[in-house]
Amino acid sequence: MNPAIAIHQASKQFGSLKAVDCVDLEIAQGEFFALLGPNGAGKTTLINLLSGLSRPDSGRLAIMGFDVSREYRKARRSVGVVPQELVFDPFFTVREVLEVQSGYFGISGNAAWIDEILARLDLSSKADTNMRALSGGMKRRVLVAQALVHKPPVIILDEPTAGVDVELRQALWEFIRSLNASGHTIVLTTHYLEEAEALCNRIAMLKAGKIVALDTTSNLLKSCKLRHVKLQIFPDRLPDALLPGLIGRESGYHVLNLDEFSDLESILETLRESGARITDMVLPHPDLEAVFVEIMRTQ
Amino acid sequence: MKGFYSLLYKEVVRFWKVGFQTVLSPLLSTMLYLLIFSHVLGDHVEAFPGVSYVSFLIPGLAMMALLQNAFANSSSSLIQSKITGNIIFLLLSPVSYPEIFLAYVLASTIRGVLVGCGIFLITLWAVDIPLRFPLWALVFALLGSFILGATGIVAGIWAEKFDQLASFQNFIIVPLTFLSGVFYSIHSLPPFWQKVSHLNPFFYLIDGFRYGFFGVSDISPYFSLLVVSICLAAVSLFTLGLLKSGYKLRN
Ligand SMILES: Nc1ncnc2c1ncn2[C@@H]1O[C@H](COP(=O)(O)OP(=O)(O)OP(=O)(O)O)[C@@H](O)[C@H]1O
Ligand SMILES: [Mg+2]
Repeated sequence: MNPAIAIHQASKQFGSLKAVDCVDLEIAQGEFFALLGPNGAGKTTLINLLSGLSRPDSGRLAIMGFDVSREYRKARRSVGVVPQELVFDPFFTVREVLEVQSGYFGISGNAAWIDEILARLDLSSKADTNMRALSGGMKRRVLVAQALVHKPPVIILDEPTAGVDVELRQALWEFIRSLNASGHTIVLTTHYLEEAEALCNRIAMLKAGKIVALDTTSNLLKSCKLRHVKLQIFPDRLPDALLPGLIGRESGYHVLNLDEFSDLESILETLRESGARITDMVLPHPDLEAVFVEIMRTQ
Repeated sequence: MKGFYSLLYKEVVRFWKVGFQTVLSPLLSTMLYLLIFSHVLGDHVEAFPGVSYVSFLIPGLAMMALLQNAFANSSSSLIQSKITGNIIFLLLSPVSYPEIFLAYVLASTIRGVLVGCGIFLITLWAVDIPLRFPLWALVFALLGSFILGATGIVAGIWAEKFDQLASFQNFIIVPLTFLSGVFYSIHSLPPFWQKVSHLNPFFYLIDGFRYGFFGVSDISPYFSLLVVSICLAAVSLFTLGLLKSGYKLRN
């Protein structure tokens, strides 16, 4: 089976800036994949190379086995892209936009699927509204709808939830999840790391055009060295022996560094010996945000 | 082919939705030219023997409006899509570059021919113009629309701002159309300027078009047809190459 996305040594430079720098990446069919990275890391540029909006300086890219330049028509039929920028055509209504977009993909008589997408994205009541008259969040939903008109096997979403309200964000993810469950490959970028953590099975982190981390979500979470424990004690005075491990204070808690989970035993022992009583203890789970910060700091 | 039809449909609907500006307003300005020039020059000039100046003027003005509107359609549509960013919906799609070329050129042709026909319809009741060889007139109208529609694509791709497009229009398209013999027969010019006019492709378009009406022209319509066809082939090849290269569109 062809990978959904295959990127081999892709590079793209703007002037002297290497926006994408020798990236190798393969995403299998059926994955729910996150492309993370700080502003300017090169996520959108990489997506543009895949979608054909921009051409690589070197390297090869393929979607569902179709080379994005040699077999561009097949490659583009295989992918739907939700762009990061809120762009729209002010001359048309929502339905007209979706009909024209279907036509670009060679599809006629797409009304049933268009109605379904509109319903799933809560846009049915706006179907005959001009694009100009939509709010920002609604325009973004239309962008999602436009990317789906041709039922592409691969769906790439570049920050689809920026500026979208909570309710719709949940509805959107539910919709995307159901598409993933029915076999569509999903690639998304987002700055809401909890979204990526909850949804994606695998994650690539990009920094200055290079992939600096690529692993399953659970492995990345496990890899996190930044662990700490939050303790509330009585009397509220930390024994001197523990001061070197003190990271800080946080609303009545002492936050102590843990290099290993087993460090916890010696901390508890020191406290017991000093006669302090533990009134509360929190052991925060390392989340993707912590992993992300750690990787961006060390790489 | 479906992709081509959808783009053509979108392009036609686009100008039709603002028809006041894209169709009615050029009709109005052409009528103003007609009133003023025929009033000022009508009694003094006889361009072709036995043809009144007003009758002479109308096909020229119609062709000029047709050419300018064909150019305006593809160029303004492209630059608007580029500036608002919605060009990406086309660029993300599998529509091929020959289809893109054809759709923009045909939409331009439809607008150009619509404006041109409008001018004849309005003047029909006032001025009697013969239509000796309708096929010649039609051929030159279509070839002119194709050439200017394609040139509009080039300008729309090249320009990054509206004022750059306006410069292209004001410094190239408008002078070439004005100096092509719309308002006069080039035989009335001094020999040097006659020579210069022969370098202007628009001259052949207008002269050939006029031949279709009066059966009289400054030069042979066959020669005009040859020149115009070569121009069309050159502009088309250049435009297709530009679209294929992704120049300014895909980077
Ligand atoms: N057309 C362009 N011309 C010049 N530089 C560009 C262009 N597009 C992107 N860049 C630069 O390339 C780098 C990568 O940009 P890109 O948009 O891919 O980042 P990103 O990871 O998507 O960031 P964000 O999270 O802010 O969307 C940035 O430094 C950006 O300034
Ligand atoms: Mg981006």
